[in-house]
Amino acid sequence: MRNAVQNILKKFGNDRGRLMDILKGVQSELGFVNEEAKKLIAEGLDMSYVDVEQTLSFYHFFTDSSRGKYTVYLNNSAVAEMMGRSDVAAAFEREAGCKFGSVTEDGLIGLYDTSCIGMNDQEPAAIINGKVFTNLTSYDVKDLVAAMRSGKVVSDLITKYGDGKNSDGLIKAMVANNIRKSGDVLLTSHKAGEGMVKALDMEPAEVVDIVKASYLRGRGGAGFPTGLKWDFCRKSNGEVNFVLCNCDEGEPGTFKERILLTEYPELVFEGMIIAGYAIEAQEGILYLREEYEYMLAYLEAVLKGMRENNLLGENILGKGFNYDIRIQLGAGAYVCGEESALIESCEGKRGEPRNRPPFPVQKGYMQQPSVVNNAETLASVVKILKNGADWYTMRGSRESTGTKLLSVSGDCKYPGVYEIEWGIRVRDILDMAGADDVQAVQVGGPSGECIGPKEFKRTICFEDLPTGGSIIIIGNKRNLIKDVVLNFIDFFIEESCGSCAPCRTLPPIMKNRLEKILNGHGVMQDVKDLEQWGAKMKMANRCGLGQTAANPILSTIRNFREKYEELIRKDVDFDSGFDLAAAVADSCEYVGRKPNL
Amino acid sequence: MAEKIKFTIDGKECYAEQGQTILAAALDNGVYIPSLCYLKDLIPAGSCRICNVKVSGRFMTACTTPVNDGMEVENNTPELEELRKSIVEMLFVSGNHFCPACEKSGNCELQALAYKYQMMVPRFPYIFPEKEVDPSSPKLFIERNRCILCKRCIRSIKDESGKSLFAFKKRGNKLMINLDHELAATMTDEMAEEAMEICPVGSILRKEKGFDQPIGHRKFDKQAIGSDIKSVI
Repeated sequence: MRNAVQNILKKFGNDRGRLMDILKGVQSELGFVNEEAKKLIAEGLDMSYVDVEQTLSFYHFFTDSSRGKYTVYLNNSAVAEMMGRSDVAAAFEREAGCKFGSVTEDGLIGLYDTSCIGMNDQEPAAIINGKVFTNLTSYDVKDLVAAMRSGKVVSDLITKYGDGKNSDGLIKAMVANNIRKSGDVLLTSHKAGEGMVKALDMEPAEVVDIVKASYLRGRGGAGFPTGLKWDFCRKSNGEVNFVLCNCDEGEPGTFKERILLTEYPELVFEGMIIAGYAIEAQEGILYLREEYEYMLAYLEAVLKGMRENNLLGENILGKGFNYDIRIQLGAGAYVCGEESALIESCEGKRGEPRNRPPFPVQKGYMQQPSVVNNAETLASVVKILKNGADWYTMRGSRESTGTKLLSVSGDCKYPGVYEIEWGIRVRDILDMAGADDVQAVQVGGPSGECIGPKEFKRTICFEDLPTGGSIIIIGNKRNLIKDVVLNFIDFFIEESCGSCAPCRTLPPIMKNRLEKILNGHGVMQDVKDLEQWGAKMKMANRCGLGQTAANPILSTIRNFREKYEELIRKDVDFDSGFDLAAAVADSCEYVGRKPNL
Repeated sequence: MAEKIKFTIDGKECYAEQGQTILAAALDNGVYIPSLCYLKDLIPAGSCRICNVKVSGRFMTACTTPVNDGMEVENNTPELEELRKSIVEMLFVSGNHFCPACEKSGNCELQALAYKYQMMVPRFPYIFPEKEVDPSSPKLFIERNRCILCKRCIRSIKDESGKSLFAFKKRGNKLMINLDHELAATMTDEMAEEAMEICPVGSILRKEKGFDQPIGHRKFDKQAIGSDIKSVI
């Protein structure tokens, strides 16, 4: 073990900042990072053991003990549940002979839940030893577990590859693209270098001006003007600037970056190059969520090709600009999609959002000015440079220019990715997706807004309903509070970094209260409590995750109040929520007595 | 001497050094902003969220936000005091705090804030979480039932080469404080003393030592938290 760990440490120059890669490397080698490995890493990086453990224990996919020769991570998003996840989970437990959260006695198979893996359009889906398995059924599970027992290699269990580049020799995934609607900005043909050639002929400040003139806003959801962000970074006077591309789409129901990276990776990388030129950086980092590790070899090959064509490296296209890109793999943490948490993760730390100010454009990666942009934002930049700001502003609405990729999933005939112009009505999305009998639409994922039919005339744009791209359609057959809201709250409990007291404490309390209501013990005061506590989450937490973690409850109380009122008791003002009969049921049964209450 | 910046807290005219945080400046001006994770001379954590103030309609933590010229800070308002009280209550229900049996009673800042806010019983339901205690190091006893995860120990207790003795482990509601056993074994008496001292609650306890002061004669038994803050400007 000592040699293996030391080789990995050496590969990353014994650099603490690369702790994520080192842990990943050790885990790939040994299957886990146990006490001995942690000690060796701490020694090699000259840091304390608990600091190594701090990073290791933060990320869902890192482990200090074996999770089986075959490790199954079954997505537990709300849409996965809608599409039959519980049957698949039951089949896994039955066939493997162990419960979720544990490993079979022989150490062969481990079963684990995991938050949305970006496959909401083909659920139920699981990641098994890094390979994605989609549209799973109980029958598939039987075959899969049998194959594991016979010792087959996981990649051999994939019988059919998906469309497009999913069948590329370096990806070989069964994932389907499900591109349902292409626009003329992003999901359209692209000749590598078209945008950057134009950029490199200008002064960096001119590039920023064009992006400003396009009114492009950040596509991760917050909608900050991209040109302005670059400008702030340029004016920060650091020693060296960095570009970070956010591909950590963890918001349940978002999978558009999967499409961009599978079919248009050059476009994303080229956007990073243009951003790098504009802010005069020398290095860009693409932060790739571990769930998309199946694309890593392919993306590295694309980068290699770009280096060979002098689109990256020294003196790019003879214009005297030096710039390169590295890919930083995450390890399972939704909060790392928050830009300052992403930076922390890139530095090898736990993904805890930073206090602001200073903002990343002032002090970001390695305490230097850094621009963190979503992959879709950067891809849009390429087309803006190629075709001009005026061409871009012709699309979209007044305050939201251009096109947007929507990831549509849930109860509809055509789940997948749609490139639409901002300003589209929700109703039109539902028509395109073949969704009728719709109870609610979750716009912007769990942290967004849940709206009902009365609001389907509203439009998708920053002026009305903003979204990072997640559109989840919830049919009338669903129990909105039980199937959706409760699932979303579980998601936020699982994904909180835990730093802020309210975000760490309140969601579990709110979940209990919601369950009390669902169990028929709710009273009006419980709904009022949920509203008040939710308001405190918004006020008191540091980052977007914490501030929006109560949104599933708050927005459904606001827009579907009648569903809560149906559930609560009207006859009393107070109900402790304690069910004495249920509490003594076991003992009564044991002694053969009827509860005398 | 550098020019001081003028700002106000609840209308009171205050002065700050360039780059000083609202909380540090408030203390210099004799204004108390309740806090738990803040400790002078440490990099602010902004994690307990109790020092939330309102500036231009936005909530921000006073310990992490630098003062700007002309800033108007709201501090002692019913809205903010209600928020702070509820955070104190959250900290009580998310741990297992039994003040009468706690070694730190009377010197505990969480308890003192509960006194300040006249918390009789938290308005949130108790969680009674299961917490693991760690008695394994020679000088310190880590009582996680009382830990409020303020990071004071993480930020301040380091060995000669700058390595942290304390760190976080896990995340979310499973987050806990973790003591490095190897480094803890080499801890000096002074370091152990300091660790207990900087812990705002009774989570880091010195072994091999009894009480210095009897209960009833301790800091917050005699005076309310924040009542000793006087203007130094």
